[in-house]
Amino acid sequence: MQFLFAGITVGATYALVGVGFSIIYNASQVINFAQGEFVMLGGMTTWFLFERAGIPVALAIPLAVMGTAAVGMALEKFAIEPARDASVVTLIIITIGASIFLRGGAQLLWGRNFHSVPGLSGNEPIDIAGAAVSPQSLWILGVTVLVILALNWFFSRTMTGRAMRAVAFNLLAAQLAGVNNRRVLLLAFALAAALGATAGALIAPLSLAYPEVGIMLGLKGFCAAILGGLGFPYGAIAGGLILGISENMTAGYISSAYKDAVAFVIILLALFFMPHGLFGRRGADRV
Amino acid sequence: MNRLATARYGGMLALAAVVAVLPLFLPNSFYYDMAILVGLNAIVCIGLNLLIGYAGQISLGHGGFFALGAYASAILTSAYGWPPAGALLAGAAGTGLLAFAVARPIMKLSGHYLAMGTLGLGIIISIVLTQEVDLTGGPDGMPVYGFSVFGWEPSGALTWYWIVGGLLLLTAWLALNIVESPVGRALRAVHGSEPAARTAGIDVVHYKALIFVVSAVLASIAGSVFVHYIGFITPSEAGFVHSIELVTMVVLGGMASIFGAIVGAAILTTLPQLLTFLHDYEMLVFGAILMGVMIFMPKGLVPAIRAWIASRAR
Amino acid sequence: MIRHLIGKCAAGLVSALIVIMAAGSASAAETIKIGSFLAVTGGASFLGDPEKKALEMYVAQVNANGGVGGRQLDLILYDSGGDPKKAQSFVKRLIEDDKVDIILGGSTTGESMAIIPLVEKAGLPFISFGGASVIVEPVKKWVFKTPHSDRLAVRRIYQDIKAQGLSRVALFAGSGGFDKSCSANARELAGEYGMEIVADETHGKGDTDMTAQLTKIKNTAGVEVLLYCGFGADAVVEAKNYKQLGMSLPHYQSHGSASMQFVKGTEGASEGMRLPAAALLVAGQMPDSHPQKKIGLDFEAAYTAKYNEPISTFGGHAYDGLMIAIGAIERAGSADKEKVRDEIEKTKNYIGADGIYTMSATDHLGLDTNSFVMVEIRDGNWKLLD
Repeated sequence: MQFLFAGITVGATYALVGVGFSIIYNASQVINFAQGEFVMLGGMTTWFLFERAGIPVALAIPLAVMGTAAVGMALEKFAIEPARDASVVTLIIITIGASIFLRGGAQLLWGRNFHSVPGLSGNEPIDIAGAAVSPQSLWILGVTVLVILALNWFFSRTMTGRAMRAVAFNLLAAQLAGVNNRRVLLLAFALAAALGATAGALIAPLSLAYPEVGIMLGLKGFCAAILGGLGFPYGAIAGGLILGISENMTAGYISSAYKDAVAFVIILLALFFMPHGLFGRRGADRV
Repeated sequence: MNRLATARYGGMLALAAVVAVLPLFLPNSFYYDMAILVGLNAIVCIGLNLLIGYAGQISLGHGGFFALGAYASAILTSAYGWPPAGALLAGAAGTGLLAFAVARPIMKLSGHYLAMGTLGLGIIISIVLTQEVDLTGGPDGMPVYGFSVFGWEPSGALTWYWIVGGLLLLTAWLALNIVESPVGRALRAVHGSEPAARTAGIDVVHYKALIFVVSAVLASIAGSVFVHYIGFITPSEAGFVHSIELVTMVVLGGMASIFGAIVGAAILTTLPQLLTFLHDYEMLVFGAILMGVMIFMPKGLVPAIRAWIASRAR
Repeated sequence: MIRHLIGKCAAGLVSALIVIMAAGSASAAETIKIGSFLAVTGGASFLGDPEKKALEMYVAQVNANGGVGGRQLDLILYDSGGDPKKAQSFVKRLIEDDKVDIILGGSTTGESMAIIPLVEKAGLPFISFGGASVIVEPVKKWVFKTPHSDRLAVRRIYQDIKAQGLSRVALFAGSGGFDKSCSANARELAGEYGMEIVADETHGKGDTDMTAQLTKIKNTAGVEVLLYCGFGADAVVEAKNYKQLGMSLPHYQSHGSASMQFVKGTEGASEGMRLPAAALLVAGQMPDSHPQKKIGLDFEAAYTAKYNEPISTFGGHAYDGLMIAIGAIERAGSADKEKVRDEIEKTKNYIGADGIYTMSATDHLGLDTNSFVMVEIRDGNWKLLD
């Protein structure tokens, strides 16, 4: 039971990060390797606002999320847009450069130490079915559910959301229908950054905030997105949960040393049998 | 003169000239060290470039192959007393076999799923290398001593430079020949349009797997030479940070350009040394340079330089 | 096609020029050059960052006070990120290009081990800040180190556990070099102290959740005490998870957690945990007669004043290394590598922040278990146990 909860908590984090990957991919076919850094910025900014500016955590988190969203938009405007005609691989390298840049900037501004942030409702664990669950875990789960609902509403009910879906489906047709692709891309980055930052801010009390925290989380988020089928936000959520749970189950029941390896083996096996991810559609490309 | 000026001969000549002449400019063995590291990275990158640039596939796990070759050499020579040349060949063969075994299933994936597949492979390799402490020395790595071929030992940085330089020329030659051969043409067809290539009767998966294996073997050989030169190996060489560095070198230098791979390796290997004076700003500037170069020269450095020269010539 | 030829030549020359332009500065021969490579960034920055700060601060201080033998110290420091490959390149640069007289550095064991062949071949003294005993065991002519070995730390921990009448130990370690070396030592020395390892778990680097492994330990029959081998953010996560699960086993940390950053980071979860530390951390609590008290307090005052952050033993390693080196240079009367090496070896009863060093031809560390004190974390601070 303990393993399950730990797995769900960590899985929810992966899920949020993974959704960010999917959203940006949908809008531009690009894998944003700086996604992990958005997570880092979320946590670090929250810490900074709380510790140095004395802002209460509940307020610091939304501020951090908005700030990171702004960084995401800046990234799109200054690094991705000028290169929008380049090949996908080039764009990926640009995002890699951006991730290094952001990490370097964070180290410069805030130093290299790790910092902890107090949880939203304290650190006393709650007993659920015999498992000691940190209240922060419940926050993470709750927020993730909220995010899912909000995304659902956004993509199906709002004009902008539907525009984004149109772009993912067929760029040319969407443009013909009057969708401003550039605005969509900007928004995609903002959204992905916000999601990543939310994950980072929420997990900071559990896993600390430091400039290098984004690397591993970004990687796992990417795995989650791929597992669920790139371009399917709900798939990313499922992928994240599966990843988190299988990791912890492995650590608990089999061998903690190889838990990361098992996670990757699972992903590889999944991809071998379902080359487009769990929910990926077998697309028909025009030849 | 025209024959000399084709890519194969002219380019090779220029490369050979640079390799031969460079020692005159290198003041001490630290610079030789840099040149040797550039050369080794370039060997891996040439192979990776064949995969990424010509065949249009991506691999985020080539650090794993490099490390496999390195550890094979390290373990076989240190623990089992094998001769280094034999260990190198065994490492290359083993890596080739592994690449072959996973190539077909992995090459069925496409695009980012392929990236994930290779990424996963590389990370699994690095985790195994880290955990099997008895065999590999664990995360702190293991030392490797002595490299001798039939009793002859390299005696210094300059000798290693010639060894690596020679291997680099050999690799470039091999790659150029592949590119201009029927295999190369098949690859370019695959890159251009897989369905079209299939229609033309090309066994797409076969060629993709072939090039994957070739690039893996090249990485393994470079890894073996690396470990004998440096005298030390750690599992971080298999990690995804290293793999991503390699891909960055290829893209920076220019995809579908063998010499681009060499230039990319040269720049990315030496840049951290050049930027040390920036101290705390180093990472920031490094990231900025990476972004800037790719934004302004999206096809990579060598194609951009070539295009610039071409526009001047008009 | 000539374009291609020219293009290749241009690219080749550009590459060559870049290498040339990396020519280091040729300084005047008057300064004593101290080379250093540290894990300032990367996974081991917990170690390298305070080491760098300590080195820079004290080099500046020594220089302000007239230098060593009238000569100023020139500190040339590179960030290896804890990567042995980079460490090798930087050390080659230090030896060949910057032409340093002595090298202090190597935050991690891995990078220290990787460069030992280089300093042995080039013949210049190297004082390492790496943790594992293998750096100086077997003794190598040019290699010394200042931090206590993890082997010593484990011995001290086992001494304390035994003194409490406990013997069934659960071992938990990360995947890094330090972690594995520490846990390997724990397994090897268990028999000597009558310890029984009843559980043996590992986690990956940068893991954000270790409740799975800790639950297994919690459920192990008859477990009496928990020993954790790891440092940095991992140790904090471990402590927090430990508290979250409501575990109450006596909990020992390694000396890798000997830093206020650890205590603050755990937000109270580390209350009651014990670890072996250098006297530096509890200098204020030592009796006035203790020889290390003054040095420790001075170091703490200077460091916290300048950097506005609490001290850790890692800064102490660097400080000791620097001072031992300076002492040796002064006794040798010059920066001659052979002479300085001999003098380092002759260091006797040097009172450092981390311990009292007495080196010899067979001991290039100079510390024993007495250089460790056992501290317990109480009220968010170190409490010296006698």
